[in-house]
Amino acid sequence: MKIMVAVKRVVDYAVKIRVKPDKTGVETKNVKMSMNPFCEIALEEALRIRESGLASEVVAVSIGPAQCVDTLRTGLAMGADRGIHVESQDGLNPLSVAKVLRALVEAEKPGLFILGKQAIDDDCNQTGQMLAGLLKWPQGTFASKVTLDKEKQVATVDREVDGGIETVLLDLPAVITTDLRLNQPRYATLPNIMKAKSKVIKKHTPGDLNVEMKSDLEVLQVTEPPKRKAGVIISSVDELIDKLKDEARVI
Amino acid sequence: MLLAGSGPSLQEAAAYAASCHPSVSKVLVADSDRFMHPLAEPWARLIQLVQQRENFSHIVAASGSFGKNILPRAAALLDVSPVTDVIEISESTKFVRPIYAGNALCTVRYTGAHPCMLTIRSTSFQAQPDSTDSKAHKAPISQVDLSTFEEDTIGKSQYVKLTSQESERPDLGNARIVVTGGRGLKSAENFKMLEKLAEKLGAAVGATRAAVDAGFVPNDLQVGQTGKIVAPELYLAFGVSGAIQHLAGMRDSKVIVAVNKDADAPIFQVADYGLVGDLFEVIPELLEKLPEKN
Repeated sequence: MKIMVAVKRVVDYAVKIRVKPDKTGVETKNVKMSMNPFCEIALEEALRIRESGLASEVVAVSIGPAQCVDTLRTGLAMGADRGIHVESQDGLNPLSVAKVLRALVEAEKPGLFILGKQAIDDDCNQTGQMLAGLLKWPQGTFASKVTLDKEKQVATVDREVDGGIETVLLDLPAVITTDLRLNQPRYATLPNIMKAKSKVIKKHTPGDLNVEMKSDLEVLQVTEPPKRKAGVIISSVDELIDKLKDEARVI
Repeated sequence: MLLAGSGPSLQEAAAYAASCHPSVSKVLVADSDRFMHPLAEPWARLIQLVQQRENFSHIVAASGSFGKNILPRAAALLDVSPVTDVIEISESTKFVRPIYAGNALCTVRYTGAHPCMLTIRSTSFQAQPDSTDSKAHKAPISQVDLSTFEEDTIGKSQYVKLTSQESERPDLGNARIVVTGGRGLKSAENFKMLEKLAEKLGAAVGATRAAVDAGFVPNDLQVGQTGKIVAPELYLAFGVSGAIQHLAGMRDSKVIVAVNKDADAPIFQVADYGLVGDLFEVIPELLEKLPEKN
């Protein structure tokens, strides 16, 4: 079975982002970019499934500008077998991305598609669900545990939901989106980084795949959230209780 | 309103929905075993079916794990881009949503075809009080015709179980007071101390990702960018460093109190009241000195 994993290049999670003064967006020039943490977890899960003998190949795909190749090389260094870069200068939106991924699924025919639950830039949490809908595949979102049964061709997925952990059984092929506790991704070792240089990255454009990268959403402005009033440091529990009772009046 | 499920409790819920607020003009009920559990595949297909018949201008769900799971799938079936996690509705097609863990706010205009689909962050909107008028407005209830609900075109999934903690604590999502523990609590055992404090305050208990990862508490207590978003009157954070991803989940709390041994912890930058101290001394002292809740 082949597993496909989508990986997104985003502003690194530790970067303190700045909103551009003209309010058109967030400053990304000269800012450290990395593989979206949820996508790393998705790739790690695919690699573990392959290593356990339940899959034969892991294909990583990334959509976006030329620099996405760097993100794919990281994925290949982690252990993906080959990469696909769909080059697009246009802004990415979940529906167009899902349509691109669907086109790739129709060509590659994987048995499992794993994505991160959300990208830490737009925090949309939509692409996996949309891909599953377009493919009419079952979906296991916010996965904290995945167990495959090759014989029965099903995946048991534990999902992190508001009330606790929900367990669902999905017929393969299926789409899974990863939550933070699914696994701890591996670091790419130096020998693997070297090996990754000779792995293949195939190039496409959305046009090749008959997808138009268009959006139903127009960004009007990007602003900073309202700032909280500065707080005070207090010196004792007695003072805290007084403040909460008499000043803040919350108890 | 669209309700789906199966059996008598569904019909009771429909009756409640029909009179809960004057602006409800119709209640649609899909009664079938297919909807016994909140699976995305039948639900998304149901939304698509209903939309194809009724042509609504907007479809809205709360941005909890249910809405987040099903709405985008339904949007893809209807070939529209949804707007998720909306915190402000400026106009019928203009919305504000947080990005970058709430460190930026994005105002968007929806320019696509009907339906405009939204998930909304419930902490950003006021709950409407239930209608108390005895001559209450009762919207008509109609059963959705499921005869064309083709089974085999939907991806096959099966609900197995839900594992959850029984608790008498108020629900984290709507509690007036939340008491959260971070990595500084050091063990699951120590969280019991926090629970006593929550008990005394009539509060819900929350946790940071670090505390959940470490196994101190189950995942449904996690507050943060990828956990629950809360906005209580009072948020007390003990042993919480204040990582961006945690702040994303609680920055809209009215009053924030932080207790941490480390004076440089980022949490103090958002706290209204900060106490630099050892939580293992502060919590017992609070337990001793706090007034009993009425």
